[in-house]
Amino acid sequence: MNGFLSVFKREVKAYFSTPLAYVFLVVFLVLCGLLTFMDDFFKMRQASMQVFFSNIPMLFIFLVPAIAMRLWSEERRSNSVEMLFSLPITTTQAVLGKFFAAWGVLILALALTFPMVMTVTYLGDPDWGPIVTGYVGSLLLAGAYLAIGSFFSVLTRSQVIAFVLGVVFCGIFLYLGSPRVMSMMSNLMPMGFVEAMESLSFQTRFESIQRGVIELRDLLFFILIIAGWLWANIILLEERRAA
Amino acid sequence: MEKETMHLIEIKELRKAFGPIVAVDGISFTVDKGDVLGFLGPNGAGKSTTMKMLSGFLPPDGGTALVNGHDIITDVINVRRSLGYLAENAPAYDEMSVIGMLKFVCDARGIKGSARKQAIDKVAISCAITGVMHQPIGTLSKGYRRRLGLAQAMVHDPDVLILDEPTDGLDPNQKHEVRNLIKSMASEKCIVISTHILEEVEAICSRIIIIDQGRILVDETADSLISKHGGSLDQTFRELTGPSVVAKGGAS
Repeated sequence: MNGFLSVFKREVKAYFSTPLAYVFLVVFLVLCGLLTFMDDFFKMRQASMQVFFSNIPMLFIFLVPAIAMRLWSEERRSNSVEMLFSLPITTTQAVLGKFFAAWGVLILALALTFPMVMTVTYLGDPDWGPIVTGYVGSLLLAGAYLAIGSFFSVLTRSQVIAFVLGVVFCGIFLYLGSPRVMSMMSNLMPMGFVEAMESLSFQTRFESIQRGVIELRDLLFFILIIAGWLWANIILLEERRAA
Repeated sequence: MEKETMHLIEIKELRKAFGPIVAVDGISFTVDKGDVLGFLGPNGAGKSTTMKMLSGFLPPDGGTALVNGHDIITDVINVRRSLGYLAENAPAYDEMSVIGMLKFVCDARGIKGSARKQAIDKVAISCAITGVMHQPIGTLSKGYRRRLGLAQAMVHDPDVLILDEPTDGLDPNQKHEVRNLIKSMASEKCIVISTHILEEVEAICSRIIIIDQGRILVDETADSLISKHGGSLDQTFRELTGPSVVAKGGAS
Protein backbone atom coordinates (compact mmCIF):
# COMPACT_ATOMS: atom_id res chain seq x y z
CA MET A 1 0.00 0.00 0.00
CA ASN A 2 2.92 2.35 0.74
CA GLY A 3 4.06 1.78 -2.81
CA PHE A 4 0.73 2.63 -4.43
CA LEU A 5 0.06 5.67 -2.26
CA SER A 6 3.53 7.15 -2.59
CA VAL A 7 3.48 6.83 -6.39
CA PHE A 8 -0.06 8.23 -6.53
CA LYS A 9 0.85 11.24 -4.41
CA ARG A 10 4.04 11.92 -6.34
CA GLU A 11 2.24 11.80 -9.67
CA VAL A 12 -0.56 14.13 -8.60
CA LYS A 13 2.06 16.60 -7.33
CA ALA A 14 3.98 16.23 -10.59
CA TYR A 15 0.90 17.20 -12.62
CA PHE A 16 0.32 20.32 -10.56
CA SER A 17 3.92 21.39 -10.03
CA THR A 18 4.35 21.67 -13.81
CA PRO A 19 2.06 23.66 -16.15
CA LEU A 20 0.69 20.39 -17.54
CA ALA A 21 -2.42 20.05 -15.38
CA TYR A 22 -3.33 23.75 -15.65
CA VAL A 23 -2.91 23.87 -19.41
CA PHE A 24 -4.95 20.71 -19.71
CA LEU A 25 -7.76 21.97 -17.49
CA VAL A 26 -8.01 25.31 -19.27
CA VAL A 27 -7.95 23.81 -22.76
CA PHE A 28 -10.50 21.17 -21.80
CA LEU A 29 -12.92 23.62 -20.21
CA VAL A 30 -12.66 26.16 -23.03
CA LEU A 31 -13.22 23.52 -25.70
CA CYS A 32 -16.10 21.98 -23.75
CA GLY A 33 -17.89 25.30 -23.52
CA LEU A 34 -17.09 26.32 -27.06
CA LEU A 35 -18.23 23.07 -28.65
CA THR A 36 -21.40 22.94 -26.60
CA PHE A 37 -22.58 26.49 -27.24
CA MET A 38 -21.47 26.53 -30.87
CA ASP A 39 -23.42 23.33 -31.43
CA ASP A 40 -27.17 23.16 -31.16
CA PHE A 41 -27.36 23.72 -27.41
CA PHE A 42 -29.74 26.69 -27.64
CA LYS A 43 -31.48 25.59 -30.81
CA MET A 44 -32.62 22.42 -29.10
CA ARG A 45 -34.62 24.50 -26.63
CA GLN A 46 -34.20 21.78 -24.03
CA ALA A 47 -32.67 21.90 -20.57
CA SER A 48 -30.40 18.94 -21.24
CA MET A 49 -26.67 18.32 -21.38
CA GLN A 50 -26.88 15.91 -24.29
CA VAL A 51 -24.96 18.23 -26.62
CA PHE A 52 -22.26 18.64 -24.00
CA PHE A 53 -21.82 14.89 -23.49
CA SER A 54 -21.92 14.11 -27.21
CA ASN A 55 -18.68 16.09 -27.66
CA ILE A 56 -16.83 14.32 -24.86
CA PRO A 57 -15.69 11.16 -26.74
CA MET A 58 -14.12 13.21 -29.54
CA LEU A 59 -12.55 15.74 -27.16
CA PHE A 60 -11.04 13.02 -24.96
CA ILE A 61 -9.45 11.28 -27.95
CA PHE A 62 -6.89 14.09 -28.08
CA LEU A 63 -6.80 15.26 -24.50
CA VAL A 64 -6.53 11.97 -22.61
CA PRO A 65 -3.50 10.66 -24.55
CA ALA A 66 -1.93 14.07 -23.89
CA ILE A 67 -2.24 13.41 -20.15
CA ALA A 68 -1.17 9.77 -20.50
CA MET A 69 1.83 10.17 -22.81
CA ARG A 70 4.29 11.23 -20.14
CA LEU A 71 3.35 8.50 -17.65
CA TRP A 72 6.09 6.02 -18.59
CA SER A 73 7.96 7.37 -21.59
CA GLU A 74 9.29 10.32 -19.60
CA GLU A 75 10.24 8.01 -16.75
CA ARG A 76 12.20 5.76 -19.09
CA ARG A 77 13.77 8.59 -21.06
CA SER A 78 15.22 10.24 -17.96
CA ASN A 79 15.98 6.80 -16.47
CA SER A 80 14.23 7.76 -13.24
CA VAL A 81 12.48 4.41 -13.66
CA GLU A 82 15.69 2.84 -12.39
CA MET A 83 15.47 4.90 -9.23
CA LEU A 84 11.75 4.18 -8.89
CA PHE A 85 12.25 0.43 -9.03
CA SER A 86 15.08 0.46 -6.52
CA LEU A 87 12.33 1.33 -4.01
CA PRO A 88 10.18 -1.46 -2.58
CA ILE A 89 7.38 -0.84 -5.09
CA THR A 90 5.89 -3.56 -7.27
CA THR A 91 5.23 -2.96 -10.96
CA THR A 92 1.49 -3.30 -10.33
CA GLN A 93 1.54 -0.68 -7.58
CA ALA A 94 3.48 1.74 -9.78
CA VAL A 95 1.20 1.27 -12.81
CA LEU A 96 -1.95 1.66 -10.71
CA GLY A 97 -0.55 4.62 -8.77
CA LYS A 98 0.17 6.50 -11.98
CA PHE A 99 -3.11 5.48 -13.61
CA PHE A 100 -5.27 6.66 -10.71
CA ALA A 101 -3.33 9.93 -10.38
CA ALA A 102 -3.95 10.72 -14.06
CA TRP A 103 -7.57 9.62 -13.73
CA GLY A 104 -7.85 11.98 -10.77
CA VAL A 105 -6.83 14.90 -12.99
CA LEU A 106 -9.49 13.88 -15.52
CA ILE A 107 -12.10 13.56 -12.76
CA LEU A 108 -11.20 17.06 -11.61
CA ALA A 109 -11.55 18.32 -15.18
CA LEU A 110 -15.03 16.83 -15.43
CA ALA A 111 -15.98 18.18 -12.00
CA LEU A 112 -14.99 21.67 -13.14
CA THR A 113 -17.64 21.56 -15.85
CA PHE A 114 -20.23 22.13 -13.09
CA PRO A 115 -21.22 25.54 -14.55
CA MET A 116 -22.81 23.54 -17.39
CA VAL A 117 -25.07 21.84 -14.86
CA MET A 118 -25.88 25.21 -13.29
CA THR A 119 -26.70 26.63 -16.72
CA VAL A 120 -29.21 23.94 -17.58
CA THR A 121 -30.85 24.09 -14.16
CA TYR A 122 -31.12 27.87 -14.53
CA LEU A 123 -32.62 27.58 -18.01
CA GLY A 124 -35.13 24.91 -17.17
CA ASP A 125 -35.93 21.77 -15.26
CA PRO A 126 -33.53 19.10 -16.54
CA ASP A 127 -33.94 15.36 -16.24
CA TRP A 128 -31.23 14.42 -13.73
CA GLY A 129 -30.84 10.78 -14.83
CA PRO A 130 -29.00 11.44 -18.11
CA ILE A 131 -26.83 14.10 -16.46
CA VAL A 132 -25.61 11.77 -13.74
CA THR A 133 -25.10 8.82 -16.08
CA GLY A 134 -23.51 11.14 -18.63
CA TYR A 135 -20.84 12.03 -16.10
CA VAL A 136 -20.38 8.38 -15.08
CA GLY A 137 -20.03 7.41 -18.73
CA SER A 138 -17.51 10.21 -19.34
CA LEU A 139 -15.45 9.03 -16.37
CA LEU A 140 -15.42 5.45 -17.56
CA LEU A 141 -14.57 6.52 -21.09
CA ALA A 142 -11.72 8.68 -19.77
CA GLY A 143 -10.44 5.68 -17.78
CA ALA A 144 -10.52 3.43 -20.84
CA TYR A 145 -8.66 5.98 -23.00
CA LEU A 146 -6.18 6.51 -20.20
CA ALA A 147 -5.43 2.80 -19.82
CA ILE A 148 -4.74 2.67 -23.57
CA GLY A 149 -2.57 5.81 -23.43
CA SER A 150 -0.62 4.50 -20.47
CA PHE A 151 0.08 1.26 -22.33
CA PHE A 152 1.53 3.08 -25.32
CA SER A 153 3.67 5.30 -23.15
CA VAL A 154 5.46 2.15 -21.91
CA LEU A 155 6.09 1.16 -25.50
CA THR A 156 8.31 4.11 -26.39
CA ARG A 157 10.67 6.62 -24.84
CA SER A 158 9.26 9.36 -27.08
CA GLN A 159 6.23 11.19 -25.72
CA VAL A 160 5.21 12.26 -29.22
CA ILE A 161 5.06 8.68 -30.49
CA ALA A 162 3.20 7.62 -27.34
CA PHE A 163 0.67 10.41 -27.96
CA VAL A 164 0.11 9.56 -31.63
CA LEU A 165 -0.30 5.83 -30.96
CA GLY A 166 -2.66 6.63 -28.09
CA VAL A 167 -4.83 8.85 -30.27
CA VAL A 168 -4.96 6.27 -33.07
CA PHE A 169 -5.96 3.39 -30.82
CA CYS A 170 -8.48 5.42 -28.83
CA GLY A 171 -9.94 6.46 -32.20
CA ILE A 172 -10.14 2.89 -33.42
CA PHE A 173 -11.99 1.79 -30.30
CA LEU A 174 -14.34 4.75 -30.52
CA TYR A 175 -15.27 4.39 -34.18
CA LEU A 176 -15.49 0.60 -34.35
CA GLY A 177 -19.25 0.87 -34.01
CA SER A 178 -19.97 3.89 -36.19
CA PRO A 179 -22.49 3.23 -39.02
CA ARG A 180 -20.00 4.05 -41.77
CA VAL A 181 -17.36 1.67 -40.48
CA MET A 182 -19.96 -1.00 -39.85
CA SER A 183 -21.41 -0.88 -43.36
CA MET A 184 -17.95 -0.97 -44.89
CA MET A 185 -16.92 -3.90 -42.72
CA SER A 186 -20.09 -5.88 -43.35
CA ASN A 187 -19.14 -6.07 -47.03
CA LEU A 188 -15.74 -7.51 -46.16
CA MET A 189 -16.17 -9.60 -43.04
CA PRO A 190 -18.56 -12.27 -41.81
CA MET A 191 -21.55 -10.91 -39.87
CA GLY A 192 -20.54 -12.46 -36.55
CA PHE A 193 -17.18 -10.70 -36.66
CA VAL A 194 -18.78 -7.36 -37.47
CA GLU A 195 -21.17 -7.73 -34.56
CA ALA A 196 -18.32 -8.65 -32.22
CA MET A 197 -16.51 -5.51 -33.34
CA GLU A 198 -19.52 -3.37 -32.74
CA SER A 199 -19.84 -4.69 -29.22
CA LEU A 200 -16.26 -3.49 -28.55
CA SER A 201 -17.05 0.06 -29.61
CA PHE A 202 -16.68 2.77 -26.99
CA GLN A 203 -19.19 4.97 -28.81
CA THR A 204 -22.02 2.42 -28.60
CA ARG A 205 -21.39 1.79 -24.89
CA PHE A 206 -21.00 5.46 -24.08
CA GLU A 207 -24.27 6.37 -25.80
CA SER A 208 -26.08 3.55 -24.05
CA ILE A 209 -24.89 4.76 -20.61
CA GLN A 210 -25.50 8.40 -21.44
CA ARG A 211 -29.19 7.77 -22.16
CA GLY A 212 -29.90 7.65 -18.44
CA VAL A 213 -29.68 4.02 -17.37
CA ILE A 214 -26.46 2.34 -16.38
CA GLU A 215 -26.62 -1.28 -17.39
CA LEU A 216 -24.36 -3.77 -15.67
CA ARG A 217 -22.93 -5.03 -18.95
CA ASP A 218 -21.87 -1.55 -20.05
CA LEU A 219 -20.26 -0.94 -16.68
CA LEU A 220 -18.49 -4.30 -16.83
CA PHE A 221 -17.38 -3.56 -20.38
CA PHE A 222 -15.47 -0.44 -19.35
CA ILE A 223 -14.06 -2.05 -16.22
CA LEU A 224 -12.81 -5.01 -18.25
CA ILE A 225 -11.32 -2.75 -20.92
CA ILE A 226 -9.48 -0.72 -18.28
CA ALA A 227 -8.29 -3.81 -16.40
CA GLY A 228 -7.21 -5.52 -19.62
CA TRP A 229 -5.11 -2.62 -20.90
CA LEU A 230 -3.58 -2.03 -17.46
CA TRP A 231 -2.70 -5.69 -17.20
CA ALA A 232 -0.99 -5.52 -20.61
CA ASN A 233 0.70 -2.35 -19.37
CA ILE A 234 2.14 -4.20 -16.34
CA ILE A 235 3.35 -7.15 -18.43
CA LEU A 236 4.97 -4.84 -21.00
CA LEU A 237 6.65 -2.77 -18.32
CA GLU A 238 8.11 -5.89 -16.65
CA GLU A 239 9.51 -6.85 -20.03
CA ARG A 240 10.77 -3.52 -21.23
CA ARG A 241 11.59 -1.24 -18.33
CA ALA A 242 15.31 -1.79 -18.76
CA ALA A 243 15.45 -2.30 -22.50
CA MET B 1 23.76 -18.16 14.32
CA GLU B 2 22.74 -18.43 10.71
CA LYS B 3 22.83 -14.66 10.43
CA GLU B 4 26.55 -14.60 11.16
CA THR B 5 27.52 -17.04 8.43
CA MET B 6 25.29 -15.37 5.85
CA HIS B 7 26.90 -13.13 3.25
CA LEU B 8 25.15 -9.84 2.73
CA ILE B 9 25.64 -10.19 -1.01
CA GLU B 10 26.03 -13.55 -2.65
CA ILE B 11 26.18 -13.70 -6.44
CA LYS B 12 25.93 -17.07 -8.12
CA GLU B 13 26.70 -17.57 -11.82
CA LEU B 14 24.95 -14.34 -12.76
CA ARG B 15 24.49 -13.93 -16.50
CA LYS B 16 22.89 -11.31 -18.71
CA ALA B 17 22.92 -10.88 -22.48
CA PHE B 18 21.50 -8.09 -24.61
CA GLY B 19 20.84 -9.77 -27.93
CA PRO B 20 24.13 -11.24 -29.14
CA ILE B 21 26.20 -9.22 -26.64
CA VAL B 22 26.94 -11.01 -23.39
CA ALA B 23 27.23 -8.23 -20.82
CA VAL B 24 27.73 -10.39 -17.75
CA ASP B 25 29.00 -13.90 -18.29
CA GLY B 26 28.39 -16.13 -15.29
CA ILE B 27 30.12 -14.25 -12.48
CA SER B 28 30.09 -15.32 -8.84
CA PHE B 29 31.34 -13.61 -5.69
CA THR B 30 30.27 -12.73 -2.17
CA VAL B 31 30.53 -9.54 -0.14
CA ASP B 32 30.31 -9.36 3.65
CA LYS B 33 29.54 -6.75 6.24
CA GLY B 34 32.46 -4.38 6.65
CA ASP B 35 33.60 -4.85 3.05
CA VAL B 36 33.95 -1.96 0.64
CA LEU B 37 34.19 -3.62 -2.72
CA GLY B 38 35.67 -1.66 -5.61
CA PHE B 39 34.16 -2.84 -8.84
CA LEU B 40 36.52 -1.98 -11.68
CA GLY B 41 36.64 -2.54 -15.37
CA PRO B 42 36.81 -0.73 -18.69
CA ASN B 43 33.66 0.84 -20.15
CA GLY B 44 31.21 -1.83 -21.24
CA ALA B 45 32.77 -4.48 -19.01
CA GLY B 46 29.45 -5.26 -17.32
CA LYS B 47 29.79 -3.27 -14.11
CA SER B 48 26.56 -1.31 -14.38
CA THR B 49 24.65 -4.33 -15.67
CA THR B 50 25.76 -6.36 -12.64
CA MET B 51 24.73 -3.55 -10.31
CA LYS B 52 21.36 -3.19 -12.03
CA MET B 53 20.71 -6.88 -11.52
CA LEU B 54 21.83 -6.71 -7.88
CA SER B 55 19.47 -3.81 -7.22
CA GLY B 56 16.57 -5.84 -8.55
CA PHE B 57 15.98 -3.58 -11.53
CA LEU B 58 17.18 -5.88 -14.27
CA PRO B 59 16.18 -9.56 -14.18
CA PRO B 60 19.14 -11.85 -14.97
CA ASP B 61 19.10 -14.38 -17.82
CA GLY B 62 20.80 -17.00 -15.70
CA GLY B 63 22.05 -17.55 -12.17
CA THR B 64 20.85 -15.47 -9.27
CA ALA B 65 22.00 -13.38 -6.34
CA LEU B 66 21.03 -13.08 -2.71
CA VAL B 67 20.99 -9.70 -1.00
CA ASN B 68 20.67 -9.92 2.77
CA GLY B 69 19.39 -13.47 2.20
CA HIS B 70 16.67 -12.44 -0.25
CA ASP B 71 16.70 -13.74 -3.80
CA ILE B 72 16.74 -11.05 -6.51
CA ILE B 73 14.40 -13.09 -8.68
CA THR B 74 11.82 -14.50 -6.28
CA ASP B 75 11.87 -11.92 -3.49
CA VAL B 76 12.79 -8.68 -5.19
CA ILE B 77 10.73 -6.41 -2.93
CA ASN B 78 12.67 -7.51 0.16
CA VAL B 79 15.90 -7.07 -1.78
CA ARG B 80 14.91 -3.47 -2.52
CA ARG B 81 13.99 -2.96 1.14
CA SER B 82 17.42 -3.97 2.34
CA LEU B 83 19.55 -2.02 -0.08
CA GLY B 84 20.20 1.49 -1.23
CA TYR B 85 21.04 2.01 -4.87
CA LEU B 86 22.62 4.93 -6.66
CA ALA B 87 22.15 4.33 -10.37
CA GLU B 88 24.49 5.56 -13.08
CA ASN B 89 24.18 9.35 -13.59
CA ALA B 90 21.98 9.63 -10.47
CA PRO B 91 18.55 9.66 -12.16
CA ALA B 92 15.84 11.68 -10.38
CA TYR B 93 12.60 13.55 -11.04
CA ASP B 94 13.68 16.93 -12.39
CA GLU B 95 10.46 18.77 -11.55
CA MET B 96 10.56 17.80 -7.87
CA SER B 97 12.35 19.67 -5.11
CA VAL B 98 15.17 17.92 -3.26
CA ILE B 99 13.11 17.61 -0.10
CA GLY B 100 10.08 16.47 -2.09
CA MET B 101 12.10 13.69 -3.62
CA LEU B 102 13.49 12.54 -0.26
CA LYS B 103 9.97 12.60 1.22
CA PHE B 104 8.75 10.48 -1.68
CA VAL B 105 11.52 7.92 -1.12
CA CYS B 106 10.69 7.80 2.60
CA ASP B 107 6.96 7.34 1.85
CA ALA B 108 7.70 4.50 -0.52
CA ARG B 109 9.93 2.89 2.11
CA GLY B 110 7.31 3.29 4.83
CA ILE B 111 9.24 5.86 6.91
CA LYS B 112 6.61 8.20 8.35
CA GLY B 113 6.06 11.20 10.60
CA SER B 114 8.88 12.27 12.91
CA ALA B 115 11.03 9.33 11.84
CA ARG B 116 10.86 10.68 8.31
CA LYS B 117 11.93 14.15 9.36
CA GLN B 118 14.82 12.75 11.41
CA ALA B 119 15.98 10.49 8.60
CA ILE B 120 15.92 13.30 6.04
CA ASP B 121 17.69 15.78 8.34
CA LYS B 122 20.41 13.27 9.10
CA VAL B 123 21.05 12.28 5.52
CA ALA B 124 20.91 15.91 4.31
CA ILE B 125 23.73 16.80 6.68
CA SER B 126 25.90 13.80 5.91
CA CYS B 127 25.51 14.32 2.15
CA ALA B 128 25.87 18.12 2.46
CA ILE B 129 22.69 19.04 0.62
CA THR B 130 21.04 21.15 3.33
CA GLY B 131 21.53 24.31 1.24
CA VAL B 132 19.52 23.11 -1.74
CA MET B 133 16.61 21.32 -0.05
CA HIS B 134 13.95 23.47 -1.72
CA GLN B 135 15.55 23.77 -5.12
CA PRO B 136 14.07 21.90 -8.10
CA ILE B 137 16.27 18.92 -8.96
CA GLY B 138 16.47 19.97 -12.61
CA THR B 139 18.41 23.09 -11.61
CA LEU B 140 21.02 21.30 -9.47
CA SER B 141 24.66 21.08 -10.48
CA LYS B 142 26.08 17.66 -11.28
CA GLY B 143 27.73 17.43 -7.88
CA TYR B 144 24.56 18.21 -5.92
CA ARG B 145 22.58 15.82 -8.08
CA ARG B 146 25.01 13.03 -7.33
CA ARG B 147 24.88 13.79 -3.61
CA LEU B 148 21.09 13.77 -3.68
CA GLY B 149 21.34 10.35 -5.35
CA LEU B 150 23.54 9.25 -2.49
CA ALA B 151 21.11 10.71 0.05
CA GLN B 152 18.09 8.89 -1.41
CA ALA B 153 20.08 5.63 -1.36
CA MET B 154 21.03 6.08 2.31
CA VAL B 155 17.91 7.63 3.80
CA HIS B 156 16.58 4.32 5.19
CA ASP B 157 19.99 3.32 6.59
CA PRO B 158 20.27 0.08 4.58
CA ASP B 159 22.73 -2.74 5.28
CA VAL B 160 23.78 -2.89 1.66
CA LEU B 161 24.76 0.06 -0.53
CA ILE B 162 25.29 -0.27 -4.26
CA LEU B 163 26.81 2.86 -5.73
CA ASP B 164 27.43 3.21 -9.43
CA GLU B 165 30.14 5.85 -9.86
CA PRO B 166 29.24 7.85 -6.73
CA THR B 167 31.99 10.46 -7.18
CA ASP B 168 31.60 11.05 -10.91
CA GLY B 169 31.22 14.77 -11.61
CA LEU B 170 32.23 15.91 -8.13
CA ASP B 171 35.03 18.40 -7.56
CA PRO B 172 38.10 17.27 -5.59
CA ASN B 173 36.72 18.57 -2.28
CA GLN B 174 33.40 16.87 -2.76
CA LYS B 175 35.12 13.65 -3.81
CA HIS B 176 37.10 13.77 -0.61
CA GLU B 177 33.93 14.28 1.45
CA VAL B 178 32.04 11.45 -0.24
CA ARG B 179 35.02 9.13 0.30
CA ASN B 180 35.13 10.05 3.96
CA LEU B 181 31.40 9.43 4.20
CA ILE B 182 31.77 5.98 2.67
CA LYS B 183 34.74 5.19 4.91
CA SER B 184 32.79 6.22 8.00
CA MET B 185 29.96 3.84 7.13
CA ALA B 186 32.19 1.00 6.03
CA SER B 187 32.36 -0.97 9.25
CA GLU B 188 28.58 -1.38 9.62
CA LYS B 189 27.61 -1.90 6.01
CA CYS B 190 28.40 -3.83 2.91
CA ILE B 191 29.23 -1.39 0.13
CA VAL B 192 29.82 -2.01 -3.57
CA ILE B 193 31.26 0.86 -5.59
CA SER B 194 32.00 1.07 -9.27
CA THR B 195 34.45 3.68 -10.38
CA HIS B 196 37.06 4.61 -12.93
CA ILE B 197 39.17 6.50 -10.45
CA LEU B 198 41.85 4.13 -9.27
CA GLU B 199 43.22 6.33 -6.50
CA GLU B 200 39.73 6.22 -5.03
CA VAL B 201 39.87 2.45 -4.90
CA GLU B 202 43.18 2.58 -3.10
CA ALA B 203 41.78 5.13 -0.67
CA ILE B 204 38.56 3.41 0.39
CA CYS B 205 38.19 -0.13 -0.91
CA SER B 206 39.10 -3.16 1.13
CA ARG B 207 38.67 -5.46 -1.83
CA ILE B 208 38.90 -5.18 -5.61
CA ILE B 209 37.15 -7.01 -8.38
CA ILE B 210 38.22 -6.26 -11.93
CA ILE B 211 35.88 -7.45 -14.65
CA ASP B 212 36.24 -7.31 -18.39
CA GLN B 213 33.88 -8.57 -21.08
CA GLY B 214 31.53 -9.86 -18.41
CA ARG B 215 34.08 -12.04 -16.63
CA ILE B 216 35.98 -11.61 -13.39
CA LEU B 217 39.71 -11.18 -13.95
CA VAL B 218 40.80 -10.34 -10.42
CA ASP B 219 39.22 -10.72 -6.99
CA GLU B 220 41.53 -9.84 -4.13
CA THR B 221 42.37 -7.27 -1.51
CA ALA B 222 43.79 -3.99 -2.70
CA ASP B 223 47.11 -4.53 -0.91
CA SER B 224 47.77 -7.99 -2.25
CA LEU B 225 46.88 -6.92 -5.79
CA ILE B 226 49.37 -4.08 -5.69
CA SER B 227 52.13 -6.10 -4.09
CA LYS B 228 51.61 -8.99 -6.51
CA HIS B 229 51.92 -6.84 -9.59
CA GLY B 230 54.60 -4.65 -8.19
CA GLY B 231 53.73 -1.27 -9.60
CA SER B 232 50.74 0.98 -9.15
CA LEU B 233 47.11 -0.02 -9.37
CA ASP B 234 46.86 2.03 -12.53
CA GLN B 235 49.52 -0.07 -14.22
CA THR B 236 47.95 -3.28 -12.98
CA PHE B 237 44.58 -2.25 -14.41
CA ARG B 238 46.07 -1.52 -17.82
CA GLU B 239 48.05 -4.75 -17.83
CA LEU B 240 44.94 -6.78 -17.12
CA THR B 241 42.37 -5.06 -19.31
CA GLY B 242 44.44 -3.20 -21.90
CA PRO B 243 44.08 -3.68 -25.67
CA SER B 244 46.89 -6.24 -25.85
CA VAL B 245 45.02 -8.55 -23.48
CA VAL B 246 41.81 -8.22 -25.46
CA ALA B 247 43.71 -9.00 -28.68
CA LYS B 248 45.26 -12.07 -27.09
CA GLY B 249 41.88 -13.22 -25.81
CA GLY B 250 40.41 -12.80 -29.27
CA ALA B 251 43.18 -14.83 -30.91
CA SER B 252 43.09 -17.81 -28.59
